[in-house]
Amino acid sequence: MKQINRPLEQSWRGTYTLFKKEVLRFWRVAFQTVASPVLTALLYLLIFSHVLEAHVEVYKGVPYTAFLIPGLIMMSLLQNAFANSSSSLVQSKVMGNIIFILLTPLTYLQFFIAFLAAAIVRALMVGLSIYLVALWFVDLPLVHPLWIFAFAFLGGALLGTFGIIAGIWADKFDQMAAFQNFVIMPLTFLSGVFYSIHSLPPFWQTVSKFNPFFYMIDGFRYGFFGKGDISPWISISVVAAFLFGLAWLALKMLKSGYRLRG
Amino acid sequence: MTIPAIHIEQVHKHFGALRALNGINLTINQGEFFGLLGPNGAGKSTLINILAGLLKPTQGKVSVMGHDVVNDYQAARLSLGVVPQELVFDPFFNVREMLRFQAGYFGRGRENDAWVDEVIENLGLTDKAHTNMRKLSGGMKRRALIAQALAHKPPVIVLDEPTAGVDVELRQMMWGFIKKLNADGHTIILTTHYLEEAETLCERVAMMKQGEIVALDTTANLLNKLAGKNLRLKLAAALPTTLLPLLKSGENGVYTLALTELNQVEYVMSELRKAKLNIEDMQLFEADLEDVFMSLVGGNAGGE
Repeated sequence: MKQINRPLEQSWRGTYTLFKKEVLRFWRVAFQTVASPVLTALLYLLIFSHVLEAHVEVYKGVPYTAFLIPGLIMMSLLQNAFANSSSSLVQSKVMGNIIFILLTPLTYLQFFIAFLAAAIVRALMVGLSIYLVALWFVDLPLVHPLWIFAFAFLGGALLGTFGIIAGIWADKFDQMAAFQNFVIMPLTFLSGVFYSIHSLPPFWQTVSKFNPFFYMIDGFRYGFFGKGDISPWISISVVAAFLFGLAWLALKMLKSGYRLRG
Repeated sequence: MTIPAIHIEQVHKHFGALRALNGINLTINQGEFFGLLGPNGAGKSTLINILAGLLKPTQGKVSVMGHDVVNDYQAARLSLGVVPQELVFDPFFNVREMLRFQAGYFGRGRENDAWVDEVIENLGLTDKAHTNMRKLSGGMKRRALIAQALAHKPPVIVLDEPTAGVDVELRQMMWGFIKKLNADGHTIILTTHYLEEAETLCERVAMMKQGEIVALDTTANLLNKLAGKNLRLKLAAALPTTLLPLLKSGENGVYTLALTELNQVEYVMSELRKAKLNIEDMQLFEADLEDVFMSLVGGNAGGE
């Protein structure tokens, strides 16, 4: 397809506008999109740390509450990245206002980048908020901040991309809820948010290793404590591979106009 | 030769076994005010969706200002503003924000804000510029929808049933503004339910039926060639059966007869004399686009 000779600035202003609109969209309802997941994570933190603090020590010298926080941050971050792109797309498809974007000269790549970047921004905002609030409860080390950022960013990107795919595919809110409840929730809960997979029987340890969420959470936690179930290099490779695979699929869907253009 | 605003060449669109468009050829010149008419399912919206890049043609080529809508879609879309038929809106933003976003998607920045304000003012949206789209009435939503299509100041504007469910005041305001845009050189393509609108506004019209264009001419030519005259009679008794073939409509003793030639009046009069019928009132008037439409596309008149 022919790319027209437009000043680069003009062409990317479209992408920036869509990104800005997507960020404002969730920011306008920040109680629901940022404050509410932070509160949910804190409730998990209060309940689980109250019940388990005295009984469980996953890593030597790391209190259970401290162990739990990175898991909770990553869980919320991933869920919100997915929720942002998927709900925005499904809502604008159901309402019909997706047409305003489809009528524009934005390329499929620009469309993808804008939705993805907004999902990452919300994910990082939620993650950072939980981290800041959690500091009231416990001292958290930051052994490898770069690993923390890398996993937060790539995790947000992976789930944001997955949200774009789900949002393009789903035609109803019901289908979206099914995605969230039957795919995202089980995969996050069974990924080591609340435990180390070393505490599982061998069979379930193996099963966990097929769950990409496990690598995101384990790598993220490694950044805080310098300890994890597996090497962060393996985790980052797995996350990057999944991200490339899903991004390829999302771009293929957008390029073909699947469920967006007839 | 100047580039046509719209060029459609042998366009087919099939949805499975359904042939929505069957070899459409159409050229609309820059600066025209063009009407696209046809009953439900004639293929008008399908054609507009292909023009807008929302649907891909099964076969054929479509260009906007010389840019192919598939291969050179960015340039084609930059030239085009489409007012969709459905009353869609983004519930998160107010009118001015939506218009600025819409212009931004097309690469327009702050320099475009004056134009956005002009559109807002001309469509009577000034009081509502800071109102959330969700809170606007139906008529106001329609205005905002038109404004959104104009936000990037496109040379070609497509209005798909823009006046459906719109009150008289807004209709007049809207047409005033659209006529001004047309006078400034914008090409306007209109589909409408209201044939009298097409008759007064459009220089040329295409009538579609079952995915084909069945008439394409200037509005004046279509009226001259096909419409003829209407004779309205108020009679004391029923119309003689010999005149039934001319009958277009009739109720409560008022009959409208469609005449293809003026000298048919003489025939009608003689038949009435033979039947010894008194004429209580009589009017002869020009037929309108609706008559042309009915004679071409049959009984299923209306919009899509």
